Amino acid sequence: MTDMTHLLGSIVPEMILGIGGCICLMLGLCCWEIPRKLTPLFALVTLAVALVALCWSAGPASADAEAMLNWVQADLAYFVKQAVLWLGMLLVLVAATVPGRLNVTRDIEAPGAKFEPAFAIRGEFFAFMLFSLAGVMLCAGSTDLAWLFLALELTSLPTYLLVSLGRDKLDAQEAGVKYFFLGALAVAVMLYGFTLIYGVTGTTRLFPSSIDPSAVSIFGAIQDMLAEPGGKLPPLLIAGFAMTILGLSFKIAAFPMHFYAADVYEGANVGVTTFLAFVPKVAGFVSLIVILLTLGWPLPTPIIAMLWIMAVLTMTIGNTLALLQNNLKRVLAYSSVAHSGYMLIGIMAGPGKALGTDGGQALHNGLAGVLFYLVAYGFATIAAFAAIGSLESKSDESTTYKSLSGMIWRNPMLAFVILVSMLSLIGLPPLVGFSGKLYLFGPALGYNSGPFVSIVVIALINSAIAAVYYLRIMGACFVGEPDPEVKPKADLIFRQFAALIAAVCVIIFGFPGGVGMLTDATLHAIDVDAVYAPEVFVETVQTSTPMIESAGQSAKVELIEADSITQ
Amino acid sequence: MNSYLLPLLVLIPLFGALIILVVPSLMPGTNKPGTLWSNALVTSLVTLLLTAVAVGVPMPGGTTLFDWSESTGAMQLTGEAEWVPAFGLVLGFGVDAFSMWLVILTTLIFPLALLATRDSVIERAREFYFWMLVLLASLIGAFVATDLIFFYICFEFTLVPLFFIISIHGGKQRLDAAKMYFFYTFTGSILTLGALIYLAWWSATATGVWTFSIAQLTASASTLPATAQSWVLLALLAGFAVKLAMFPFHSWKPFAYAEAPTAGSAILASLLLQLGVYGMVRIALPMTTTAVVDWAPLIATLGIIGILYAALIAWTQKALKPLIAFASVSHAGFILVGLMSLNIEGIGGAVAYGFNQGLITAALFLCVGMLQKRYDTETIANYSGLAKVMPVWSCFFVFFCFASVGVPGLNGFYGEFLALQGAFISGKVLGPFYAIFAASGIILAAVYILHMVTKIVFGPVKVPSPVKAADDNNAAVYAGDVNAAELMALAPLAAACLLLGLFPNLLLSPIEAPMQAVADKYALTLAADDAEPVETLAAAVQPRDVVLDEKLVLDDRGTLLADQRQELAQ
Repeated sequence: MTDMTHLLGSIVPEMILGIGGCICLMLGLCCWEIPRKLTPLFALVTLAVALVALCWSAGPASADAEAMLNWVQADLAYFVKQAVLWLGMLLVLVAATVPGRLNVTRDIEAPGAKFEPAFAIRGEFFAFMLFSLAGVMLCAGSTDLAWLFLALELTSLPTYLLVSLGRDKLDAQEAGVKYFFLGALAVAVMLYGFTLIYGVTGTTRLFPSSIDPSAVSIFGAIQDMLAEPGGKLPPLLIAGFAMTILGLSFKIAAFPMHFYAADVYEGANVGVTTFLAFVPKVAGFVSLIVILLTLGWPLPTPIIAMLWIMAVLTMTIGNTLALLQNNLKRVLAYSSVAHSGYMLIGIMAGPGKALGTDGGQALHNGLAGVLFYLVAYGFATIAAFAAIGSLESKSDESTTYKSLSGMIWRNPMLAFVILVSMLSLIGLPPLVGFSGKLYLFGPALGYNSGPFVSIVVIALINSAIAAVYYLRIMGACFVGEPDPEVKPKADLIFRQFAALIAAVCVIIFGFPGGVGMLTDATLHAIDVDAVYAPEVFVETVQTSTPMIESAGQSAKVELIEADSITQ
Repeated sequence: MNSYLLPLLVLIPLFGALIILVVPSLMPGTNKPGTLWSNALVTSLVTLLLTAVAVGVPMPGGTTLFDWSESTGAMQLTGEAEWVPAFGLVLGFGVDAFSMWLVILTTLIFPLALLATRDSVIERAREFYFWMLVLLASLIGAFVATDLIFFYICFEFTLVPLFFIISIHGGKQRLDAAKMYFFYTFTGSILTLGALIYLAWWSATATGVWTFSIAQLTASASTLPATAQSWVLLALLAGFAVKLAMFPFHSWKPFAYAEAPTAGSAILASLLLQLGVYGMVRIALPMTTTAVVDWAPLIATLGIIGILYAALIAWTQKALKPLIAFASVSHAGFILVGLMSLNIEGIGGAVAYGFNQGLITAALFLCVGMLQKRYDTETIANYSGLAKVMPVWSCFFVFFCFASVGVPGLNGFYGEFLALQGAFISGKVLGPFYAIFAASGIILAAVYILHMVTKIVFGPVKVPSPVKAADDNNAAVYAGDVNAAELMALAPLAAACLLLGLFPNLLLSPIEAPMQAVADKYALTLAADDAEPVETLAAAVQPRDVVLDEKLVLDDRGTLLADQRQELAQ
């Protein structure tokens, strides 16, 4: 088989999403009302079909994917695709009624009004969602810088439009424009980084391919540089990676590209905001993992320093600014910034080293921790946004702490959803957020060196700061008198349903069975042994193992010494 | 049967909570405060019964399920279940005499607190009793866990029920109090989590096995370098000392105690305090021996400041609940001084003191709650001469006050005495100075408690107007002295105080073995500090040879010590 057939074989689910998106476009323009209104349902079905196709054609050990993507990436892509498809269905549910509630749609769909295809946006809305989800899935399996770039753009471009499409208000247009221009700037920075990497290594291929082992790859070039006596990476290459990380920090809403988050999240419709809080973040983190895999862990010191500063500032700024907000959408926007900061710790720690220990594999593997945390954060955030987005106050559309007051009386189900999602975001056991924190911070502590221990301490303090505003949201629901002006939107039954499912997932994945399942999946996605595979990764193993061995040895030596003292 | 007992103790309250959550929705007739109350009471009585059977009823073999004669301090009734292997987690259960006593205290206090506060929670009763039972489950879980993360989960989860109990059912500033309580203790304990992961990682690199088992981690933590130990100790203290309300991190405590509903205050004062003590004795003291020796004078000094400072503030309080709350802060100071003596007298005394004061403080809060229910005020100046109005209540109240002050013959006495004695004789760590300063707290305690007692119980009769029932303007909701339910709550507490006071060995001899295991670590560490380790080791262990040689100490180092001792004796 040729390269191309393998390639196409590995992206069947993405192709299904693409085709489904195109059909959505047409459905949205249909002159009969019923099929038009069924567009969201069709989008859901497309996602389900893609999920079936993924599990059936490109299972964990699919030959196509293995041949094309080789060791680690095949499993990583499988996990990411699956997570994106499952959570994507929730996201479509949250946004299911968004286009139907717009004035434009109401005008053309009013009884007796003439249907005007030029103003119908249902098709675009759901097609863009599908395209964007397809983009994230492509990121995970990208074998080439150019592919990665295009996949990232496929993720982002539809989201710019979604922001502007989802609401009639001027705020949404403003948010869309802001998001687009800042996004374009970030992409330019990232692309600059890509060119530097290409300039130094002379190739855009990320990893060696088993089909054509002789082909030059960035990974191979970097290994060669390190293999030379006194091998060091050229500063230009480090600069390339640094710019790439900077550019990607826009996607994950991390410092220094976090400024847009609050404004854009506030301006967009809640259905879109939920989408923004999850999908670009997954794309950003997965791309970070893929790109940094070519460098290998432990990362070069300048990159570690940069990530350290970014992570600390991201979580501190996110949490501090969230404290100062009154609009709940802005609070959650900054909270999502803060969570990116936590996840950067996992990126810093990397896939860890295969310690010859029994059990506890999870607590070495920071990358798997990031994947776990993405899912944990995804469920909790979707639940929180969907629950808060199910409320409507008469005066204006912004939901504040006050509008939550006494929720338990008005709508116990939504109050329960908010309780569960907030406790999980705080990181309180036994919910999934707690396991996520354990999983993220464990590997970093395993380095036992100053920068890593200090950043974990900073993150823990930040979790405590974050508890203040999460608790305020939670407390508001259970205490105080209900505000008569605020009531759940009657037609948002799907959104409430999505919120409930997400909350139930937060509970299920927090319990032993759920944690175990998700952990095994993430561990399989980032397989330490595969990352440091024998032939290809010899260098990395050599550079990374002495540290751990010496730590273990010194501990043993001390044990022996302690024993000898007692005797 | 044996290995299912402890999981059952955790599951029964959770099951009761589930019933309270679900059944009233299906059968609206059961959604009445009285019905919910009896449901919660029955559930907590079942746990009490189960505990009583485990510790008190001889099985066919002749011994009780929990073997009190076990003198090695080994965990009993152990059970393990796979949890999350990838994280190295197991659901490990097990108790020694120390944890068993705390389980007894927990299962005893809950039904009594519910009995004493019948009808005091009318609004949103369903939530109240639901959270009470969840709290019961997480407290028992924390005391019976042998896996650190399982312990931590239960430890941390107590925050949620208490947050709701305070914020929904508390006094005027309840939401602020609940938030302050949550932030203080959450900030502390999240740092503890970092330390726990670090300890597990250290053990994994040293032994090659990922585990969070407390026994394992204790064994390997002794090889931690001194600086790392200090950081770990600080992080552990952040969790446990804040729960104990060590000065200067005590300000959440009076606020939360004063604002919580009566049953909540009683449980906070008696059981949440034990969580702090338990964490210190089970985790902080055995794992960070070197660091504790370095930091002990500082921690003990903070403890002494806490004793005196809180006692002086308690003296000036105008209301009853804050007074008892500050008294409790003062007690925490004694506990810290005792623990930091690092010898068997000090540690054992501190644990016994914490246990007994927990019992007494809960009783005092319940008494104050009864006053509050009748007259809707707890300001001291509003009451006078209650002995004539409510003679039975006054008898109990004065009795518990005496117990709290530490009158010999009652249970408040010997713990305090032992803790101070421990501080006095621990020449290498603390010393007589510490003991003398701490002892002045006893005098202050007598002053502020008796000051309050004379004001409200004796003197000319003066009581505020009783609370009237909403539907009937003339009838008081509660009139006169304690009713039957309240009597049933106070009488067992008083009996327990008297029994433990007259027979201290009921409590002291079973917990001696686990406390000795902790103290032994320090005998070793302190001896190792000296120039000639062998001789001082002999000197350090000589006096206790008779008692100790009969004991099989759990961990490797302890066993080494025992062998060593026998050699020396020969």
